Amino acid sequence: MELTTQIGGTVTDGLAYLGALANLGARAAYYTFVGPFRGKPLHLQRAISQAMQAGVRALPILSLITFFIGLILALQSAYELRKFGALNFVASAVAISMTRELGPLITAIVVIGRSGSAFAAEIGTMKVTEEIDALETMAIDPIHFLVTPKFLAMMVMLPCLTIWANFMGVLGGGLFGVAQAGFTWWRYIQASLDALFLRDIVTGLVKSVMFGVTITAVGCHEGLVTGAGAEQVGRSTTRAVVVSIFLVILVDLVFTALFFFMTER
Amino acid sequence: MEQLISAEMQNGAMISLRNLRVSYGEREILHGINFDVMAGETLVILGGSGSGKSTLLRTLVGLEKPSSGEIWLKGKDIAKISPAEMDEIRRKIGMSFQGGALFGSMTVGENVALPLREHTKLEDSTIEIIVRLKLDQVGLAGFENYMPAQLSGGMKKRAAVARALAMDPEILFFDEPSAGLDPIIAAGVDQLILELKKAFHMTIIVVTHELASAFLIADRMVLIDKGNVVAIGSTAEMRSSTHPRVRQFLDRIAEPEVTQELDYLQMLTEITRPSR
Repeated sequence: MELTTQIGGTVTDGLAYLGALANLGARAAYYTFVGPFRGKPLHLQRAISQAMQAGVRALPILSLITFFIGLILALQSAYELRKFGALNFVASAVAISMTRELGPLITAIVVIGRSGSAFAAEIGTMKVTEEIDALETMAIDPIHFLVTPKFLAMMVMLPCLTIWANFMGVLGGGLFGVAQAGFTWWRYIQASLDALFLRDIVTGLVKSVMFGVTITAVGCHEGLVTGAGAEQVGRSTTRAVVVSIFLVILVDLVFTALFFFMTER
Repeated sequence: MEQLISAEMQNGAMISLRNLRVSYGEREILHGINFDVMAGETLVILGGSGSGKSTLLRTLVGLEKPSSGEIWLKGKDIAKISPAEMDEIRRKIGMSFQGGALFGSMTVGENVALPLREHTKLEDSTIEIIVRLKLDQVGLAGFENYMPAQLSGGMKKRAAVARALAMDPEILFFDEPSAGLDPIIAAGVDQLILELKKAFHMTIIVVTHELASAFLIADRMVLIDKGNVVAIGSTAEMRSSTHPRVRQFLDRIAEPEVTQELDYLQMLTEITRPSR
C-alpha cells in the first residue's frame, strides 16, 4: 500500500511537472505566433542576443567535442569492422550514427551545460532579487519578455549547431579513415555522403528542435520556481541540468522509436 | 456594492480594502484588513517582521491573490478582475522594491525606459528625454549609462524610483525605502519621497518599520500586527495613542520572553514558507 501511494505520488508529480513545462511552452508559442498580431511585438533583439550566447558562442567547444566523438566512433566501429576486413564501412558507420543520434544528442548535452543551466541561474537570480516581480508590476509578462526570446533562439540555434556537430563528427571520423583505413579526405567525405539519406539528417534535426524546446522549458521553469535565497538559485541550476538531460534522453527515445516505426515499411 | 464603492470614491478614497484575507497555503497571513487610502495622501504601513505588511503590499500591487475580500483600486476590485484589466491598472501604479530590483543586464537608462518601450509607441528620442527627466527628478542626472552594479545602495533605490515614475503613475508604492541604507542616505530617500509628494500630489503608500522615517513622510499611518490592523490615524493621533500595541511599537519595547519565542517561531515559519 505504502509503495503504491509512493509510486502514484511520483507519477502525479511527474505529470504535474510536464504540465507546467507544456504550459510554459504554450504561453511562449502564444507570444511567438499570436502576440505580434495583438500589439505585443516579439523581442527580436533579445532573441538574437540569446542566439549569439546559446548558439554562436557554443561553437568552439561543440566543434572540439563532436570532432572527438567522431574519432571515437570511427575507432569503436573499426574495432569490429576490421575483423571482417570491412574498414571502408567506417565512413558510413560514423556518418549515420552522428546524424541520426549522436550529433543532436551531444549538441543538446553541450547546450544544457552552457545554456540550460544559465537560463535557470539567470531567471532564478531575477526571482530572488524581485526583478521578476518588478516586471509583473510593470505589466510586463516575464514569459513574453524573458522566456519567449529564449525559445526562439534555441529552436533556431539547436538545428544549426546540430548540422555543424554532424559535420565535425564526420571530420573526426575522417581523421581515422585517412590515417588508418586508406581513405583520402575527399573519398571519405564522398563515402559519408553516399551512406546518408536525407531522412537521416532530417530526423536528427527534428529531434534537435524538440531538444531545444525541452532544454528551454526546463531551464526557464526551474528559474521561475526558484524559492527565496541565493542557495535556491544553485539548486534550480542543478535541477535544470539533471532534469534536462533526463528529458532530452526521454524525448530522444520517443522520437527515435517513432521514426523507426514510421520507416519500417 | 458597486454603489457603496462609488460613494466612497467620491469621498476621495483611491484604494479601499474590505475584509481582505491572504493565505500562503494553509497559513493565513492577513486576517481581514479594512482601510481606505485617500487620493493624494501618503500612507505609511507600519509593522514588525512577520506582521504581514509586506504581504499586504504585494497583494495591493497584484503579486499575491487574496483568498477572500475586496481591493478596490481606481473603481475596480483587483481581487476579481481579469489579467488584462490588471495590466491596465498596473500601468497607473509604480512600485519601488526593497533592493531596487533593477535589471542587472541593462543600464540605468534602459531600466527606466523599459516600461515606456513596452507600453508606449513613443520615439526613441522622446523616451531618452523622459528618462533624463525622471533620473533628474530623483537626483541621478547623468547616470543613464551606468550599470546597476556600479551604483551604491542609495543610488539603486533612487534609480528604482525613477523607473517607477516612468509611466507617470497615480499611485506609488515603496517597500522598505530605507532598508539597508545608512542614516544619511536613508534621510535622502525620505527627502525624495517628500519632494515627490509635494511636486506631483501622488498617492504614496510606504511599507516600513523605520519609525523616524515613517513620522517624517506620513500623512496617516496604519499599524499592522500579526495580520490585523491594530490602529490607523494621523501621525499626531498615532503619537498620542494609548493602545498597548501601538505604544509598544512606537516606544520600542521588547516583547516579553515567552511571546518572543513564539514570534521567533513565527518568523522561522515565515522564512521557510513554501515558494509560490
